[in-house]
Amino acid sequence: MKATVHVMLKPGVLDPQGEAVRHALGALGFAGVASVRQGKVIELDLSGEDRAAAEDAVRKMCEKLLANTVIETYHIEIA
Amino acid sequence: MRAAVIVFPGSNCDRDLAVAFRRASGVEPVMVWHKETALPDGIDVVGLPGGFSYGDYLRCGAIAARSPICRAVVDFAARGGAVLGICNGFQVLLEAGLLPGALMRNAGIKFRCKSVALTVGTAGSVFTSTYVAGQTITLPIAHHDGNYTVDADLLARLDAEDRVAFRYVDNPNGSVGDIAGVLSENRRVLGLMPHPERAVEPLQGGTDGAALFASLVSALESA
Repeated sequence: MKATVHVMLKPGVLDPQGEAVRHALGALGFAGVASVRQGKVIELDLSGEDRAAAEDAVRKMCEKLLANTVIETYHIEIA
Repeated sequence: MRAAVIVFPGSNCDRDLAVAFRRASGVEPVMVWHKETALPDGIDVVGLPGGFSYGDYLRCGAIAARSPICRAVVDFAARGGAVLGICNGFQVLLEAGLLPGALMRNAGIKFRCKSVALTVGTAGSVFTSTYVAGQTITLPIAHHDGNYTVDADLLARLDAEDRVAFRYVDNPNGSVGDIAGVLSENRRVLGLMPHPERAVEPLQGGTDGAALFASLVSALESA
């Protein structure tokens, strides 16, 4: 089973890297990019077949390590 | 005063920190590798050094904060032990939950490496007792992720509880409230981005960091 975790800065938290990417896009001539937010994607290869248990485990992994919930949110997809 | 300096793979200020502790106390610090599960007996203060622990993988300090020795450091702090986290060590303390908030990428994106002026926020801690509140000092900074962030409620609480140890005079990284260093609720854990261990003797270009180590010696040797 594969789990994909998307980690993003919380809305309202300034993202200096996203802002730098936005500036660079503007400098390359791409007009109309109002904002850029940069996050990360973490792919996990999990043993076991129980989808609910996997989701539960990945949620705990996010809370304990994969995301810093002071500034970040996470979203889990199980496939 | 006997200090322990924790060494992670990627730490690069561990020896400087050990020199600063030894210079102030006259006692050789113990270097403790991250895989150890306990601190040596008789330790008065634990130092978490600057550097790039675990290559800054995932988030700065995130992996180090979950290393075996960090559980022992958290227990040590819970018993009232003094813990000093500098730069990457500050990031580790936040990730370990020993201090509130988070450190994000510098607002200007740049790695900032220079000496900066700071005001001492409080003399009321074992780390700052030989400074004077309001005093201006100069310490080096060298970081990419020093943009301290807390929500408005917590910021008000840090102010009300006199827990801001140092503030930038000219904010180099976007930190909320110009905060350069914060204390824990029991005032025995300090995390700061500037490097006091890089300013303890004249050859380093300044000595304003020496008082931090002198404060620790005076507090922990009389205890």
